[in-house]
Amino acid sequence: MPKAKVHVYLKEGILDPQGQAIRSILESMDFNEINEVRVGKTITLEFPSSVSVEQSTRQTEEICGKILVNPVIEDCHFEISPD
Amino acid sequence: MRFGVIVFPGSNCDHDVYDVLKRHFDQEVNFLWHKNHTLEDSDAIILPGGFSYGDYLRTGAIAKFSPIMREIIQFAKSGRPVLGICNGFQILLECGLLPGAMLRNKSLRFVCRFVYLLVNNATSNFTRCCRTNQVLKIPIAHNEGNYYVDDRILGELEGNGQILLRFSDSGGATTDYANPNGSRNGIAGIMNGEGNVFGLMPHPERASEKLLGSDDGKVIFESLIESFS
Repeated sequence: MPKAKVHVYLKEGILDPQGQAIRSILESMDFNEINEVRVGKTITLEFPSSVSVEQSTRQTEEICGKILVNPVIEDCHFEISPD
Repeated sequence: MRFGVIVFPGSNCDHDVYDVLKRHFDQEVNFLWHKNHTLEDSDAIILPGGFSYGDYLRTGAIAKFSPIMREIIQFAKSGRPVLGICNGFQILLECGLLPGAMLRNKSLRFVCRFVYLLVNNATSNFTRCCRTNQVLKIPIAHNEGNYYVDDRILGELEGNGQILLRFSDSGGATTDYANPNGSRNGIAGIMNGEGNVFGLMPHPERASEKLLGSDDGKVIFESLIESFS
């Protein structure tokens, strides 16, 4: 059962207010050595075992391009595990 | 004119738009369910505010795949008017009828209050009944209204007069303080290059009678009707 783990995050240079809020909390907790915090999301796609790793990779790429990612503001990467 | 108001699961300003167009402007209005494959001979389409599909994934991201959106894209490409309010604006961005994308409000808060808007271009199809530099008092209610677009397209929007409304103070000054969500250049509403698609975060339908605190929003519907009928 190939499984795709897609990580979606805001592009570099785009303000991430959630990340900034977390960073300022960390600072107040005395974690002072963190330059930046960025928040993203992880989406997991589970394929049936009849689908090969190659097929699931291709489909995941297509799904990212069509819906999971808005290329104006977001980037993504994903990894596929075979079972 | 015959207006079509699109209803998605989660739309919640559809009845307000219907009421304003019917009662104040005496127009023919129909609700169009998002699974329709036809716009039923509408002359103008309104994508109302709300939380289509619960705003899952990204605002407007799932709504853009509703069957009716294919019809709306064709309708828009043929030069006929499409107005997207709040979530409707977010859907127009996701489906590519307008450029850019929405980020979360800079404050990380849902902002629901009256704001002031400077009419940046009073000659468009959607603002022609406004005075030059008029300031409108219209409410906003959103969590993702922080409009983002890259420098190149921002320059085009500015140069072509496609920015119709900017957040301002009551005197029309577009300061950072008057910007409720961190939107680039204080953008509150933009039009496409052809001038027939307009998206805005404020809710003109909620400011269409004095009893509700303002009737400044009427001018947007009035302009649309005057331009396209």
